Amino acid sequence: MNTAVEIAGVKFKNPVMTASGTFGSGMEYSDFVDLDKLGAIVTKGVANVPWEGNPVPRVAEVYGGMLNAIGLQNPGVDVFIDRDLEFLKKYDTRVIVNVCGKTVEDYLEVVERLSSQERVDMLEINVSCPNVKEGAIAFGQKADALYDITGRIKERAKQPVIMKLSPNVTSISEMAKAAEAGGADAISLINTITGMKIDIHKRKFALANKTGGLSGPAIKPVAVRMVYEASHAVKIPVIGMGGIANAEDAIEFIMAGASAVAVGAMNFHDPYTTLNVVKGIEEYMARYGVSDINELRGIV
Amino acid sequence: MKQKSMAKVISQEVLADGIYDMWLETPIAMDVHAGQFVGVYTVNRAALLPRPISICEVDREASAIRLVYRVVGVGTAEFALYRQGDYISILGPLGNGFPLETAAGKRAVLMGGGIGVPPLLGTAKEIRNSKSAPSQISAVMGYRNSETFLADDFGRYLQLYIASDDGSVGTKGNVIDALRENGIDCDVIFACGPMPMLKGIKDYAKEKGIKAYISLEERMACGVGACLGCICKTKETDSHSHVKNARICTDGPVFDADDLDM
Repeated sequence: MNTAVEIAGVKFKNPVMTASGTFGSGMEYSDFVDLDKLGAIVTKGVANVPWEGNPVPRVAEVYGGMLNAIGLQNPGVDVFIDRDLEFLKKYDTRVIVNVCGKTVEDYLEVVERLSSQERVDMLEINVSCPNVKEGAIAFGQKADALYDITGRIKERAKQPVIMKLSPNVTSISEMAKAAEAGGADAISLINTITGMKIDIHKRKFALANKTGGLSGPAIKPVAVRMVYEASHAVKIPVIGMGGIANAEDAIEFIMAGASAVAVGAMNFHDPYTTLNVVKGIEEYMARYGVSDINELRGIV
Repeated sequence: MKQKSMAKVISQEVLADGIYDMWLETPIAMDVHAGQFVGVYTVNRAALLPRPISICEVDREASAIRLVYRVVGVGTAEFALYRQGDYISILGPLGNGFPLETAAGKRAVLMGGGIGVPPLLGTAKEIRNSKSAPSQISAVMGYRNSETFLADDFGRYLQLYIASDDGSVGTKGNVIDALRENGIDCDVIFACGPMPMLKGIKDYAKEKGIKAYISLEERMACGVGACLGCICKTKETDSHSHVKNARICTDGPVFDADDLDM
């Protein structure tokens, strides 16, 4: 049985990854999960300098999911390299570093600092965080801006580049095509959907940031639809995510066209979710006599 | 070692209006100390996040922990329905707990308010049995009214003073009013309760030149330090985050009040 997949020349032992921002750099979850069993660790977003993030409350539960407005708090690329990447050297799994920035130059600085790091297998460019005022999503909601930043990053990047797309757009196909045209090696989607919750007892917004990104099983049908549309719009590989809770969900994304999948908010519900998805995919393959996971991709 | 596992409900009863008292049999009990907490999961699949609930007390012989919690929403309303023999999923032990060793040979006071009272009971029990016991210890607990849940339990370990908002029991006012009224001098405070109370304790400790270790609460998602949802502001740059934010779930929930910007 083959569960290995290949994206932009990088081989993954299985298609199960962690969604950026839900797994730190793996350290916190290594108490629960043997990281070697995962296809890849996708790290929390890393900027050129430390970011404070947003005020609290930063998270709120909603029906079937959660809202977050962390605001990309991170210790900056230097600490990331010295501590987080050093930690990940102990493990036999792929490392995809999520990169965020306020300006194009910020992104390029991180990309260049990571270019000499052999432990970094791929870069995932976050142009889709809805919770920061500058940068991020500003590059991810207009096709020409996405095309432009993708091209600028590709000029400098030594590792293959994944552009992480926002669902907060009119046409995901158009955005996927813009990333491809800009030279992206792959795309990942979906980031969170902008949402809001009001605490009627306190007569206040549930989040200090007022709005936040919706994640969890509540968004899965939207994500599956967008992965389907995007994967039909481009030739580059698609990494699918949005509310994956189990292997059945993961297989849905693969059948919609994803080459790999990522588990996000459900890590918070059950720290063992990623491992259960890996195991469940193998069980599904055994049950239906699927010899190669790649046979399932885009099968619908 | 942190784990997510099933715990068996040994008993559950109502302590006061909306306040529930649940004993759980769990291997986590062997590894827990005062001031730590667990994440408790609902079976309702629409409510995904673990509810952070402080550990009130531990019984290692019975491999059991006691959770005393207030029903505030769909999650805790579900927990209130559990009966003896039911199973419930929990994640823990989480958080750092109170640094009891800092009270060795000193005069310590435990201060709790509202649903911040329960973790101080386990603290009272553990500090009485610890090798580095304080020279003197008492407790001041604040309640809304005469429903002074857990007050009898505290009486087993130490002298308890009570403050109530409506003046029906003890000092009318807050825990600091009760501390002053009873002339309790101390060197170290361990506290848990609502933010205005904790701010008051931080200010009181500063005024008296004593140490205060306070347990904070915030909306949490992962409970294990990964999501950065539950941060508090610190005076100095935090060694993990490299900004002035510490994670309440892992760096806390107990902090030296001097280290916080609040």
